[in-house]
Amino acid sequence: MNQPVIINNQERKETTTLNLGPTHPATHGVFQNVLEMDGERIVSGVSTIGYIHRAFEKISEHRPFYQITPLTDRMNYCSSPINNMGWHMTVEKMLGVVTPKRVDYMRVIIMELARISDHLICNGILGVDAGAYSGFLYLMEKREHIYEIYEEICGARLTTNIGRIGGFERDFNDIAWAKIKKFVKEYPPVLKEFEELFTRNRIFIDRTAGVGAVDAETALNYSWTGPILRACGVDYDVRVNEPYSSYEDFDFDIPVGTTGDVYDRYMVRNEEMYQSIRIIEQALEKLEKEEKGVFHADVPEIYLPPKEEVYNNMEALIYHFKIVMGEIDTPKTEVYHCVEGANGELGFYLVNDGGRAPYRLHFRRPSFINYQMYAPMSRGMLLSDAIINMSSLNVIAGELDA
Amino acid sequence: MSDIKLAEAPAGIEGSGFFATSFDKVVGLARANSLWPLPFATSCCGIEFMATMGAHYDLARFGSERPSFSPRQADMLLVMGTIAKKMTPVLRQVYLQMAEPRWVIAVGACATSGGIFDTYSVLQGIDEVIPVDVYVPGCPPRPEAILNGVLKLQDLVRNEPMRRRNLPEYKELLNKYGIQ
Amino acid sequence: MGKISNQAVLEKLSAKFGSKISLSSEPHGLLTFEAGREDILEILRFLKEDKELNFNFLTDITGIHYPEKELPIGVIYHLHSFRNNVRVRIKVFLEDANPSIPSATPLWEGANWMERETYDFFGVNFEGHPDLRRILNVDDMTVFPMRKEYPLEDPNRVDKKDFFFGR
Repeated sequence: MNQPVIINNQERKETTTLNLGPTHPATHGVFQNVLEMDGERIVSGVSTIGYIHRAFEKISEHRPFYQITPLTDRMNYCSSPINNMGWHMTVEKMLGVVTPKRVDYMRVIIMELARISDHLICNGILGVDAGAYSGFLYLMEKREHIYEIYEEICGARLTTNIGRIGGFERDFNDIAWAKIKKFVKEYPPVLKEFEELFTRNRIFIDRTAGVGAVDAETALNYSWTGPILRACGVDYDVRVNEPYSSYEDFDFDIPVGTTGDVYDRYMVRNEEMYQSIRIIEQALEKLEKEEKGVFHADVPEIYLPPKEEVYNNMEALIYHFKIVMGEIDTPKTEVYHCVEGANGELGFYLVNDGGRAPYRLHFRRPSFINYQMYAPMSRGMLLSDAIINMSSLNVIAGELDA
Repeated sequence: MSDIKLAEAPAGIEGSGFFATSFDKVVGLARANSLWPLPFATSCCGIEFMATMGAHYDLARFGSERPSFSPRQADMLLVMGTIAKKMTPVLRQVYLQMAEPRWVIAVGACATSGGIFDTYSVLQGIDEVIPVDVYVPGCPPRPEAILNGVLKLQDLVRNEPMRRRNLPEYKELLNKYGIQ
Repeated sequence: MGKISNQAVLEKLSAKFGSKISLSSEPHGLLTFEAGREDILEILRFLKEDKELNFNFLTDITGIHYPEKELPIGVIYHLHSFRNNVRVRIKVFLEDANPSIPSATPLWEGANWMERETYDFFGVNFEGHPDLRRILNVDDMTVFPMRKEYPLEDPNRVDKKDFFFGR
C-alpha cells in the first residue's frame, strides 16, 4: 500500500496505512477503520463493521413477542430500558392496548434515567479521550446509583428487561421511589461540578470546538438523528414530534447546537441530562395524583396473571398458558413505532402475520445509521481528533451491528 | 500503622534472617498478585467490566491495576461479550500474540457458550478457538462475579507448577487448538 | 398529527404517478403503498423535492421475504417529512432470481449502509450503489441469511448432537 501518490505528475509525500481497531482501546467497542494517513492527518478511511453481528432480526422471527425484550436489552446496552419500553410500546400499538397514565409516567421515569446513564457515559468518556480522567470518575459513581434503582425495580443492573407488554411486572417498591427521589436531588450538583471541570476549560475547548463540525443539511442527508443532529441545529426529537408514553404532558426544552461539532454535542448532551431530571421531577409530581398500585393495563389476554391466581383460577391458568406458549391472538398488520433513544430515533418495524412470532422485525438502529458518516467526515482530520469525534458520536457496538 | 495488606507468605521454614520455601510458590505468589488484564470487550459485559475497573468495585485491589491493551504485556485475557464469527480470527490473533504464561477468562454467557445468540453468525463459546481457564456465568455477570472469576484465576495461577507450560500435556492442549 | 393529511399526500402522488402507485393502505396511521421498481427512484425524488410534501428525511430502508409470493423479495422505504411531521412507507416487490432495484444513494447519502445491509441480508442488488459489499456478515458468506429458507442456527455445528445429551 505504501506506493507514492502521484498527483499532476508530481510525487507527493508517501501515505501510510493505519489499521485502527477492531480491538483498539480508543474506539470503545469493536469498530475497525483502515485509515490512510499522511503523517498525523487522515487522507481517507474505510469503516468495517459487523464484528459482533448477532442476527437479532433472524432470532426475532423465531421468538414469541415477549421473548424479544431480552434481545432489545442487548442492543444499546448503555440505555437498555429505552429499548425495552420501545419494544413494549410497539407491540401495544399493534394490539391496540392503551396503558394507564401511571404506567406511562413510570415508563417516562425509567426512560429518562436510562437517557442520563447513556449521556453521562458518553460525556465522561469524551473527557477521558481528551485526557481528563476525573470527570469520568465523578459521573461513573452516579451511574452506579442509576443501576441501583434498576436493581430495585427489576433485579438486573445492565440488561434490565424491565416491564412487560402492557405495563410493569411489579410496582416500584418504596426503596425504589426513595432512591429515585434521592437521585433527582443529588445528580444536578454532580453534573454541575462535572461541567465546571470541562465547559469553560481552555484545553477541552481547544480539543473539541470545531472538531467534526457538520452542517444541518449534511446531517439530514446522512439520516442522522438524536443529540448529534440536534447539535447541528435541527430540533428533531421524537418525544415532541410524535409523543409516546404521554410525553405530551411534560414541559421540557430541546437543546440545540449551532455548529454540530464535538463541543456542541457535549453541550447538548449535558443540557439533555438537566432536562431529563426536569422530566423526572414532573413525573414524580404527576404520579402523586395518580391512583396508587396501578402498574399495568387491564389486558388479561396479553399480560401475565399473578402466580397465585394461576394456581387457583381456571381463567388465569388458561391465559398464563396461552401467553407463555406464545398463542395470543395478534392481528395481521404492520407497524412502525419509534422512540427517542439515547442516540437518536430508535425504530421498530414489525410485520406480523398472526403467528406466534413476528414475520419480520427490523430495528432502525440510530448508531448504525449515524456511524456511516464517520469515515467521510474524518477525512482531513488529525488522528487524535478522529478519536474524540468517534467517542462523541457515542456509537454502541451492540446497536451498530445488531 | 498503614492499612496496606500484604499477601500472605507461602508455607515454608522460617528462622532468624532466612525464609525458605519452594521456588514454585514464590513465583506463583508473585504472578497471582500482579496479573495484568487485557480487556477484550466487545459488548454488554464490557460495560460491566468498566464498572469493575471503576472506583466502586476496584479491580486494582487484586493487583490488576494496569489494564494492558497490548497483548504482548498482558497475562490475563478477559474475553467479555459476544464473539461473532467475523471476530474469531482477531481473538485468536490476540491470544497468539500474548507471551507465555497466559491465562484466559471467558466472562459472560456469550463468551462461554454463545449465550442466547444461537445463530449462524455467533461463535458458540470461545473455547472452540482458544483454551479457557475460568468461565464466569451471567448475562452480564455482576461486577462481583467478575471479581470472583479473577480470584479463581489467582488460585489457579498461585498453584500452577513451574514446569506446566513445558509439559507434553500442555503442548497437546495447544495442538488441539492448532496452536504450535 | 401532521400538518398535511395522508389523504392529501396520496392524492398528490396519484395525480403525478397515477396507476404506478397501488394497494395503498394506512396501517396504524402510516400511509403505505406499493410501487414498481422502474418508478421507485422517480417517486422518491418527487417526494423529496416537492415543495409541499417535503419528505426530506430517509428514515430507513429494509427488506422482507415472502417465499410463497410471485414477487418474493420486498424492499421497504420509510420516509419522513420533518416539516409536515408525516411518514410514508413505500414497498417495492422484486423477483427471486436476481432482484435488483435502483439505488437511492443519489438522493440520500445515508441510504448507502441501509442498502448494503439489505443486500447483505436479502441479496438485493442496488443498481448504481457506489460500494455494494456485505456489511455485517463475513465477506466470504455465500447465502443471504434473512431469506426464509436459511435456518437461524449454524447448520455445521456439532455440539447439539444427541450424543452429548445421552440420547
